[in-house]
Amino acid sequence: MRATVFGLVMLVCLLAGLGPAFAGTAELVNALGQGDFKSREQAITALVVSGDATAVPVLDALEAGNLFLRKTDQHVFIGKADGDTLSLIDPATNQPAGTGQKFEFEKIKINNALRGIISNAKGGLTLFSADAATRRSAAATILKSGDAASLDALEKAIAAEKDAPTLALMIEAHAAALLNSQRPDAEKLSAIDALKKEGSRDSSALLVQLGSNAQEPIKSAALAAASSIENGLAAWSFAQNIWYGLSLGSVLLLAAIGLAITFGVMGIINMAHGELVMVGAYTAYVVQQTIAARFPGVQNEALLISIPGAFIVTGLLGMAIERCIIRFLYGRPLETLLATSGLSLILQQAIRSIFGPTNKEVSAPSWMSGAINITAGLSFTVNRITIMIFSVAIFAALMLLMKRSSLGLQMRSVTQNRPMARAMGIRAAWIDTLTFGLGSGIAGLAGVALTQIDNVSPNLGQNYIIDSFLVVVFGGVGNLWGTLAGALTLGIANKFLEPFAGAVLGKIIILVGVILFIQKKPRGLFALKGRWVET
Amino acid sequence: MANTGIFNRSALVFLFALGLAAVAVPLLNLVVPSENVLHLPDYLVTLLGKYLCFALLALSVDLVWGFCGILSLGHGAFFALGGYAMGMYLMRQIGARGVYGNPNLPDFMVFLNWPSLPWYWQGFEFFPFAMVMVLLAPGLLALVFGWFAFRSRVTGVYLSIITQAMTYALLLAFFRNDMGFGGNNGLTDFKDILGFNIQAAGVRAVLFSLSALAVGLCFIAARGIVLSKLGLVIAGIRDAEPRVRFLGYRAEHYKLFVFVVSALMAGIAGALYVPQVGIINPSEFAPANSIEAVIWVAFGGRGTLWGAALGAIVINAAKSWFTGALPEAWLYVLGFLFIAVTLFMPKGLAGSFAGWSNLKKTSATPLPTPEMAE
Repeated sequence: MRATVFGLVMLVCLLAGLGPAFAGTAELVNALGQGDFKSREQAITALVVSGDATAVPVLDALEAGNLFLRKTDQHVFIGKADGDTLSLIDPATNQPAGTGQKFEFEKIKINNALRGIISNAKGGLTLFSADAATRRSAAATILKSGDAASLDALEKAIAAEKDAPTLALMIEAHAAALLNSQRPDAEKLSAIDALKKEGSRDSSALLVQLGSNAQEPIKSAALAAASSIENGLAAWSFAQNIWYGLSLGSVLLLAAIGLAITFGVMGIINMAHGELVMVGAYTAYVVQQTIAARFPGVQNEALLISIPGAFIVTGLLGMAIERCIIRFLYGRPLETLLATSGLSLILQQAIRSIFGPTNKEVSAPSWMSGAINITAGLSFTVNRITIMIFSVAIFAALMLLMKRSSLGLQMRSVTQNRPMARAMGIRAAWIDTLTFGLGSGIAGLAGVALTQIDNVSPNLGQNYIIDSFLVVVFGGVGNLWGTLAGALTLGIANKFLEPFAGAVLGKIIILVGVILFIQKKPRGLFALKGRWVET
Repeated sequence: MANTGIFNRSALVFLFALGLAAVAVPLLNLVVPSENVLHLPDYLVTLLGKYLCFALLALSVDLVWGFCGILSLGHGAFFALGGYAMGMYLMRQIGARGVYGNPNLPDFMVFLNWPSLPWYWQGFEFFPFAMVMVLLAPGLLALVFGWFAFRSRVTGVYLSIITQAMTYALLLAFFRNDMGFGGNNGLTDFKDILGFNIQAAGVRAVLFSLSALAVGLCFIAARGIVLSKLGLVIAGIRDAEPRVRFLGYRAEHYKLFVFVVSALMAGIAGALYVPQVGIINPSEFAPANSIEAVIWVAFGGRGTLWGAALGAIVINAAKSWFTGALPEAWLYVLGFLFIAVTLFMPKGLAGSFAGWSNLKKTSATPLPTPEMAE
């Protein structure tokens, strides 16, 4: 173990040594120890221009007051005080360089103005980091601050950049920094054009700020560009809100669609529906753990494998519930409600006893991560898209089953006219069990999907049960299309309210809105018509 | 004494037991010296007082569910609103003794940098005003909610679901710090009530007796309602609402009346609950609490009033014992209770009692075996 670590350290040293020869870095660092604050500032800027990422720890140390000057030879070290002794690190190689007595050293002092410069300089230096994400975040920081001092470093970084999205961000940041610099107006105008083309929220804020204190013609150009960006962004954010709404709607649809069968079609109030969703999520967890332990080869597909697994587990559980409890309570909906609430308590506690109260992790397959960026104002995450497709697929499959299969025909006939269906030779009791099992199985499928966007905990179901009931009631009981419309309406309305009202208040408004809506149309958006609905 | 009046045999037994408790519990706590076996420790007085508040909540649920067929899954909201009204009065009594020592603002407002008391907190330093609000807040909510719901004939499970949504919306609202009700910490750290130290054993004993008195009075009032002619219409609505409408009764008015009266009782229960447990927070609005209250009624026997109260006391006593002795097992027990009661004891404890004794003729309220309307 020790040998490995040692080897690794040696390897890192070797690589550091082999890196591009930043000849002047050591001298530049030593220059930090000399002169007054003014010359220290120049030394920092010089470090940034050198573009050597190894200077970042030096600047960190300087900021934290851990940079020391050795009086004897005027060398600068990063030091860590331990009593009267200092353990030293050589800033050029980032290696331990022995210890020294405190009195031999002088701490390099900084003031507030220098602190600001240091933090900007670090932004400039991380532009040269080996990690693309770090480079991007450095460029984003400069884009926000529009710091002119980073201009030289940026130009150097742009010349070296290979990664396309990072490059785009750097060019944007470059334009922003340029606008705050002393460059000629022509260059600034073209920078404004560049920002306008990119059209992100940050650049619009920067342009507004610039427009308020620059001179003509920069001022009017900046303000015009800013307002054009704002208009573009407003349109995109509208589209993004619709997307978020559809995404939330598809989640609601997933959670509610099983309920649309058990509650909507059969008229059973199943308060344990949320717990069936939760059981489905835990099934996905168990399947994934088992596959990771036994068949690591197909680990990436574990989530796909758990889809039929969850359907079977929760479907069977649902059939058992129907056989043992709900069967005896037909025609007494309020009692069904109470019995199933009891069941939900038992299931929650059972899961808590088996798996513990903490959240479980169900990892995503590699093809579900990442995002698709359309423009600066609009991006779609792949897992949301997958969930949306999944819920639409389930909906379509369910529609087909209900409308086109003989099982669906029997289900509909039993719920519409039970005695007549029995007279035709349909085993009504068995169809009840199957229908309830189907609704429960779909709840389990919802659980598998929810593992990707929510915490897998014993309380998972509780978060969805009230929403699901509202979706079904809002859409119109007994009508699957109504459930679809209800879920999407509530999802989109929720996301459009959130920016004005905040997440919690938005949800409250939706709840109150649905309550009022039910007063107006007690049978929901798409009420079933005909005589039998009255019975 | 007639067997069919308000004070029939079971009612008298119930009221007698309640009166006995109201006198005996304070005596056993305050007068009997602490080394005596019969001495009742202070914590037990508070615990029993809490049970009585739950009994009153159960009574109110029974009034709407057992007699009018309205299964409200939001009665916890009325309970909590009454509790918050009381809590606001108690908060104002703290005055400058809070952590921040601000004479005008409760601690959480100082902490959140509120410049002054919001308008809806005005007046809560006066006890009579707070007591009016204890009734007004839940009463108004029930009036507005019920008026909308019953007018548009939202019945059965739909009503249950929207009452649940109502209490859920209130739960979310009261969790918000911006609401000015202390966010998720709620209101707590009470010092005194009407100038008496709220922690003192004597005050606790008085609160207990008051709770018993409230249960008794509400019980008599509820029996008065259900045995009156109005009560007959209400039972008719429970059993066949369309027929009652066809006979020319405005069913929604009767339902609204019962719903509001029941909400007032729940509010009183909440107001008595808060000074005894010393805290009120948004978790009282949790839908699960309201459902639990319904199961007390179902367990005790709905449509009997005294059975509902008994159910609340028995289940909560069991809860206290289980959460102490076997905390893991309590939710299993409660869950199985939900199922067992609905499957095997549709008439609850009270129904079982009636079956055991041969006094069926003397039970005034014919135990309902209704097919629920809807």
